[in-house]
Amino acid sequence: MKSILKNRSYDYIIFLALFLVLLPIGNILGIISVNTISLWGRYFCFAIAAIGLDMLWGYTGILCMCQALFFCMGGYGIAMHMLLDASGEGTYGKAIPDFMVWNQITELPFFWEPFRYFPLAILFAILIPGLFAGIFGYFIFKSRLKGVYFAIITQALALAMWLVFLRNETMLGGTNGLTDFKQLAGLDLTAASTKLILYLVSCIVLIAVYIGSKKLVNSKFGKVLVAIRDSESRIRYTSYEIKNYQLSIFVIAAVIAAIGGMLYVPQTGIITPGRMDVKASIEMIIWVALGGRGKLKGAVLGTLLVNFLYSIFTSVLPGSWLYVIGILFIVTVLYLDQGVIGLPQQIKKYFSKQKSAKV
Amino acid sequence: MRPVRELILKAQNLKVAFGGVQALDLDLFKLEENELRVIIGPNGAGKSTFMDLICGKTKADSGKVLFKNQEILEKKEVEIAQMGIGRKFQKPSVFSGLSVYDNLLLAYQMPKDVWSSIRFKINSAVVDRIHAIAKKVGLENFLEVEAGGLSHGQKQWLEIGIVVIQNPKLMLIDEPAAGMSDTETAKTGDLILSLTEEHSVIVIEHDMNFVEQIAIEKVSVLVRGKLLTEGPFKDIRADERVINSYLGKAV
Repeated sequence: MKSILKNRSYDYIIFLALFLVLLPIGNILGIISVNTISLWGRYFCFAIAAIGLDMLWGYTGILCMCQALFFCMGGYGIAMHMLLDASGEGTYGKAIPDFMVWNQITELPFFWEPFRYFPLAILFAILIPGLFAGIFGYFIFKSRLKGVYFAIITQALALAMWLVFLRNETMLGGTNGLTDFKQLAGLDLTAASTKLILYLVSCIVLIAVYIGSKKLVNSKFGKVLVAIRDSESRIRYTSYEIKNYQLSIFVIAAVIAAIGGMLYVPQTGIITPGRMDVKASIEMIIWVALGGRGKLKGAVLGTLLVNFLYSIFTSVLPGSWLYVIGILFIVTVLYLDQGVIGLPQQIKKYFSKQKSAKV
Repeated sequence: MRPVRELILKAQNLKVAFGGVQALDLDLFKLEENELRVIIGPNGAGKSTFMDLICGKTKADSGKVLFKNQEILEKKEVEIAQMGIGRKFQKPSVFSGLSVYDNLLLAYQMPKDVWSSIRFKINSAVVDRIHAIAKKVGLENFLEVEAGGLSHGQKQWLEIGIVVIQNPKLMLIDEPAAGMSDTETAKTGDLILSLTEEHSVIVIEHDMNFVEQIAIEKVSVLVRGKLLTEGPFKDIRADERVINSYLGKAV
């Protein structure tokens, strides 16, 4: 906190004042709608995932196209817990979730059991994506897959897992996903106060993840990540076992995404396989690219900005969104290689060049 | 009489072929401690391939390479680097997104596993060494500059610095003066000459003026993968076979 003030980083102060003070107070006073609060709460969850992706892509140069998968794994974990927590309160009043009743399942599948208990559910919702990323990443990085090949294989993974989750046999709700949540940790999910609490928790977790990630990328570990991006062979002959670094950041990014997903699902009230398809992961990449990759602030800004614009355009000009995001992305790729966050610096550079040209 | 020096590197019957072309077929190559060896030869003679084999980038078809009496051909790049063989590539490869300081910091000899890197805390010994090496390669005033913004020559020096700070026993330097101006080349020569105080060095070079500057000891001539001859530069330059196959006649 002290260092933040010392650096006169107004952007941090604006962020904290706006999202931790103004919006919540506005909500309590009834000026800001619950809907808005819930919307921003969800954006924070996306931003959490984007931070992980930025460390992976922006810092290490690994273009991962299955970040949404890990996001959803966390989401499904908490969704399973919420359904079990409200067991008996479904339409059919059975001890198992409603969708199982439609699918003629009478007993709860064994892998649902651990999610009955809140702390265990959280642990599993983090552990499973982490482990999954660990095993998958181990084989990829061991065989030195990189660049486009890595992007393609993670895309294939996202597609494969999407197909797996779509099936009813997976017992995770199939196409319809999981929904109709009633409560979480004793809080009524329909209450306005719960929405505000979830919003605040998401915001605080975002700040915590940001600070933790900032520490990580500023450490020597983070510098090795950048070195891998810049010259993989040079860092290898400087006797770093780079596959361990790649695997570590891959797992860290997966876990961060899962945390985002865990906070997202209670706020949105539904999780379906649609959230984990390839398109969803590419969207995350667009957020980071627009905001400015290789800068954590950029990832957060990009995510909040794109999602905010999305909510505006879909209500004001329905149907225009795909064109807007397409144009924004093209402009970013062509003219803003530092993203929106690098824009002020780019403008400054441009003008100083003009000045020196005149002199 | 110079003192007897220990053998640090010995390559025997080293062979590698790429798609049927025998890139290297080396009967015997020896290097002593603190020796500065220059390897010259026409394009495609197998000079860079030889370095690739030593540092583990390319796998040999057959043969032996002993480094401090240990076989290294079966080892992986990271193990070889840890044993004390440092490589400078032909194309300058530095970490362009990091400052010169950070470039050197990463290379500094220390535990390089993930956990140690996360926990790493800077101390004055490291800082002093970084400053010393930066001074040695002439970049002491550029420590805070992003490496991507350095000139070509400075990048080459930085990469030499990266290799030096790892404190290797043996340094493999591939065409350090390529693309440099005359003054930069001379400076590079002085730098390489100063390295032999602490390291054994093998340099590949094409520029004969530069070779003349640094070839204070033996020069090896590689032609079509084979070792043509070895000896002091003045003998090499006069050697009929070297002139015919590589240097060409003075006009």
